[in-house]
Amino acid sequence: MLKLFELIVAASLVNNFVFTRYLGLCIFMGVTKKMETALGMSMTFTAVMVISAAINWVAYNFVMEPYHLEFLKILVFVAIIAGFVQSADTIMRKVSPGLYYKLGIYLALIITNCIILAVPLTIAESHYNFIQSLVFGLGSGLGFALALIIMASIREKLELADVPRPFQGLPIAFILTGLIALAFVGFSGLITL
Amino acid sequence: MFLHDALPVLKFTLAFLGGLGVFFGIGLAVAAQKFAVQTDPKVEQVRNALPGANCGACGFAGCQSYAEAVVASTGVAPNLCAPGKAAVAEQVALITGKKAEAKEPEFARIMCQGGKSSAVKKFVYEGVKDCRAAILAGGGDKACRYGCLGYGTCAKVCPFGAITMTDEDLPFVDITKCTGCRKCEAACPVKVIEVLPASKEVLVACHSKDKGIDTRKNCKVGCIGCGMCVKVCPFEAPSMASNLSRIDINKCKSCGLCVGKCPTGAIKDYIPQRPKAFVKDNCIGCNICQKVCPVDAAGGELKKKHSIDQAKCIGCGICTAKCPVQAIDGTFNAPEIFQAAQAKKELKASA
Repeated sequence: MLKLFELIVAASLVNNFVFTRYLGLCIFMGVTKKMETALGMSMTFTAVMVISAAINWVAYNFVMEPYHLEFLKILVFVAIIAGFVQSADTIMRKVSPGLYYKLGIYLALIITNCIILAVPLTIAESHYNFIQSLVFGLGSGLGFALALIIMASIREKLELADVPRPFQGLPIAFILTGLIALAFVGFSGLITL
Repeated sequence: MFLHDALPVLKFTLAFLGGLGVFFGIGLAVAAQKFAVQTDPKVEQVRNALPGANCGACGFAGCQSYAEAVVASTGVAPNLCAPGKAAVAEQVALITGKKAEAKEPEFARIMCQGGKSSAVKKFVYEGVKDCRAAILAGGGDKACRYGCLGYGTCAKVCPFGAITMTDEDLPFVDITKCTGCRKCEAACPVKVIEVLPASKEVLVACHSKDKGIDTRKNCKVGCIGCGMCVKVCPFEAPSMASNLSRIDINKCKSCGLCVGKCPTGAIKDYIPQRPKAFVKDNCIGCNICQKVCPVDAAGGELKKKHSIDQAKCIGCGICTAKCPVQAIDGTFNAPEIFQAAQAKKELKASA
């Protein structure tokens, strides 16, 4: 149990995908202009992350490893995630239109995110068991949500600030990301797995 | 030899990837069929008719959600789009088969006239030039906490470029561009902007609830709550509450009598020039205009054509409204009054 908690802390804080590995920056920069979109994206992302970790774990451990198809993992993971997200989009639109209008617009963006691919790859390399994979997916999702919410709350205030012209928009956002990343370095060494 | 080793792997690879492809292909196709959502083509038509500013003035999240709501629900009126005005309302009504009624246009009105030269500042603010940031610094730098901060947040958020900042650091609303979308009203941190019907053109442009003496100290053009407007108004439109006069827009006839009487000039007249009244030949000499005129400009002998003293007339339009035969013309409200009288006559004739 403690091990699982450590895994969550490790995935969300110590090895935060955005601030320590610099992955998933496209969505990170795209949706953090407003807190509302950042929250929507966080929720959708975490959910997709956990489910795709589970599906990919099954595919990897029951099909790919027994038949020595590990070299295909990038291709297969991308295909599985894309297929799953697309079907989730279609089904959600019919079954729960309310949820679709709130979160549906983020689904298409998620397919192309690299964290969503990095999670199953890390799981495959680290040989996590099923529960650990779910927890790792959840931790990574929470870490990404944390990054989005921190960034959105700062950028909403930054909107009002008098930023020098060359730094307006993305440049200042990247500088901000760097500064937050510096803070996240403080977590390194907190947990050694 | 190498090929011989690789063959089983190749087979599995083909089988697995092929299987995956077929599985998702069929799965998605089935899902698309089974979970297909019927969208009303009218929604798209309405969506195309709307201006697409996504301003939210209609009360929905954007043009798309308004289009869906107006098509799906009979209770949603087709004239809610403020930027689109009557033309869009007609189109939307045509598509949805609803009845369009012209909605009176609304404009943003700035309820403060305390610019740089007339309002006192309590400290020098040197932070971010934005009202939302300025108010975080001790409620803003204006001594009056009800007044316009003057950092132009409303001008920045206006999607139609209708608001510009004057030299006095006050917003000026260009009513030819203003659509009444209420974006500025929502953005203003001191809530000094009100969106009101276009025909309501005499307003107390002050929100100060301070005591008269304090208001006076902070600003030269604030409402000090003296009650002069209440006394002078023939329609009982202004009323006093917590040291502030407020004009009831349902009672106000925009005559402008209070504008001249207000000792601080806190009441603003949005009618730029008030044309003066004159008497037409169909005057029956009933003397009613003489009785109602607040400045003793109208008069004359009974049963003879009356006249209006152009030097005294302030163009309030009260006599135009009261004249039983619509013999007084020239004031700002004359076309409206004549139209109403005409409509009444037609109604009588048809009945």
